[in-house]
Amino acid sequence: MSGKLRVHVDPDKCQGHARCKSLAPELFDLDEYGNAHEHGDGVVPAGLEDKAWLAKANCPEIAIDVIEE
Amino acid sequence: MSDSASAMPEHPPVTDWVHDFDHTDPRWTENPFPIWDELRAASPVVHTERFLGCYMPTTFEAVKQIAHDTEHFSSRRVIVRDVRPPITSSAPPITSDPPEHKPAKQLLLPPFTPDAMKKLEPRVRAICNELIDEFIAEGKCDAAARYTKHIPVRTIAHMLGIPEEDSHLFIKWIHEILELGIKDDAALVGAVQEMTAYFAEHIAARRQRPTDDLISSLINARGKDGQPLDDAHVLGSLRLLLIAGIDTTWSAIGASLWHLARTPADRERLVKEPQLMPTAIEELLRVYSPVTMAREVMKETTIAGCPVKPGNMVLLSFPAANRDPAAFPDADKIVLDRKSNPHAAFGLGIHRCVGSNLARMEMTVALQEWLKRIPDFRLDPAGKVTWSEGTVRGPRQLPIRFEKAT
Repeated sequence: MSGKLRVHVDPDKCQGHARCKSLAPELFDLDEYGNAHEHGDGVVPAGLEDKAWLAKANCPEIAIDVIEE
Repeated sequence: MSDSASAMPEHPPVTDWVHDFDHTDPRWTENPFPIWDELRAASPVVHTERFLGCYMPTTFEAVKQIAHDTEHFSSRRVIVRDVRPPITSSAPPITSDPPEHKPAKQLLLPPFTPDAMKKLEPRVRAICNELIDEFIAEGKCDAAARYTKHIPVRTIAHMLGIPEEDSHLFIKWIHEILELGIKDDAALVGAVQEMTAYFAEHIAARRQRPTDDLISSLINARGKDGQPLDDAHVLGSLRLLLIAGIDTTWSAIGASLWHLARTPADRERLVKEPQLMPTAIEELLRVYSPVTMAREVMKETTIAGCPVKPGNMVLLSFPAANRDPAAFPDADKIVLDRKSNPHAAFGLGIHRCVGSNLARMEMTVALQEWLKRIPDFRLDPAGKVTWSEGTVRGPRQLPIRFEKAT
């Protein structure tokens, strides 16, 4: 099986740059302070894999994990 | 410390950048990029005896390490200056360290989320078009004086609920604090006093009659202890919003227009492919990051193998970090659709710029509206581009020519 992806934001590392929300709004949500967390359980719907990797590559705090399941 | 601190003598020109750097030297102001390359090639951390002793990390990694290390590096002073007078006023949260920092910052964050910025966007679009209306028939303008300067100041005035017509006052104070204040303590102190008096009036008026703006929301905010903030905290945060929210974005929009004016290929591409705007904004932020911050060394430590000692300041150059080729391939090349761009233009760690979403929105709207109405423009060979000195770098004169239109 080729991998299903899941994204996870480390809340201790996230500083609210919001790059992930801008690049992959389907995969991330922001709280009232503008800090990010993964949308729902973080599972990346088919077709959005590139956006998951893009969000990870653009996070200045290296707060995003992309987990291949 | 002399209480008659007036303008300090001009700095002697730099002859040895690696051991005697000076971010107020005219050559740094004009074109800092080759200087940063020279410093980075010499060491990940360099030192100067100027400014009573100051380090500068030159690599992305060293900048990141210092920005994340609030134990050894304090934010209580955020400008590298000739003098280090006792600290008498603060601007929380930018001048706060843990544990005070987090509650102070959380008070300011909700009004600056991307969703909050969407509501503000129509006003910014209108401001941009009002400004363009004033010069578009002339076929030329100083874009720094007539366009980029006014967008952030009017926007922040709108958010704070203070008259947009007072913009000239804010611009004067910021110049006195961020530029003149490096060498002239009296200019800085005077500006802070004037600013404090100005805001004290607005705070008093809102205590009488609450309004629906950012000043009122700060007055009504509750600190960690459930008590309202004291006036000093409210005033400090207002000072911060004004100082940090104006010439920073003025500089970022100006540097972007400057780049597009002298790079027809990028300008034409952005006009033809407007969907590139988000990555283009990030790339322009990376390459022309306006803001250099500072820290004060509190405890001895080691950064990238270099010993760092208390008693010194640190020039925390996010702009230089963003040009580090070890972090960004082809770091000096501007790639409007750069895929991987985790730049540090808004800082790293707990002090990430509160206004980053505002700045991005203003930059995007300012470039979109300009390109819609003035898609073809170039630097005016009859004029001269000048850059601001010190902490925030951006064009202060930006003469531009274009086809006359209506």
